[in-house]
Amino acid sequence: MQISVIAYGIAKDILGQRRLTFEFEGDSIGQLKTALIEQYPDFAKLQSLSFAVEEEYQQDDYPLSDQLEVVIIPPVSGG
Amino acid sequence: MIDIQLLDTPLSVAQCSQLVADPAAGGTVVFVGTVRNSTQARTVQRLDFEAYAPMAIKEMRKIAEETMEKYGALKCAIHHRVGSLDILEIAVIIAVATPHRKAAFAACKFAIDQLKETVPIWKKEIFADGEVWVSAHP
Repeated sequence: MQISVIAYGIAKDILGQRRLTFEFEGDSIGQLKTALIEQYPDFAKLQSLSFAVEEEYQQDDYPLSDQLEVVIIPPVSGG
Repeated sequence: MIDIQLLDTPLSVAQCSQLVADPAAGGTVVFVGTVRNSTQARTVQRLDFEAYAPMAIKEMRKIAEETMEKYGALKCAIHHRVGSLDILEIAVIIAVATPHRKAAFAACKFAIDQLKETVPIWKKEIFADGEVWVSAHP
């Protein structure tokens, strides 16, 4: 499926852009994560890698649908 | 009362402590997080903060709500800065007012510890010879 990925912090550097249409095999956050790491191995080096949909953190089993907007949340460092 | 702000302009300690002023409060703790000039013996020139703004505001609100409930706080203000910050500038202010002082210290510590764990804000350290996203790698 095709989803719209938005990246912040180091995730934006790894993707090379803020927004990207990403195509992959699967229909969950977990599968998206696997596909992203496969294509951009630098994601595997991060301390953690989380995802948000509709401004909420979502777990690996969260179901994705075509054209959904998913935000990549690399390790946060506010404060 | 909860006041959450994500701002690209300088934060005000006076404003935050005023926001949480309450006649029923016996203690107010204000935490001020500032930009330090070094990290692991390297000289930091400035910090660049970026946020996933709508979610950052939501997550800060959740923390304030939990802080109020868990510590019986009367008022809580969390203000966070984004953009490019120089040494000494304020990155975050957390102000909590409670009836008694002990809870105010605990509540404020809880809020800043949580903020560092869950709020989608990122800072990049800018050195003379490079840049590093803080906490990105193990």
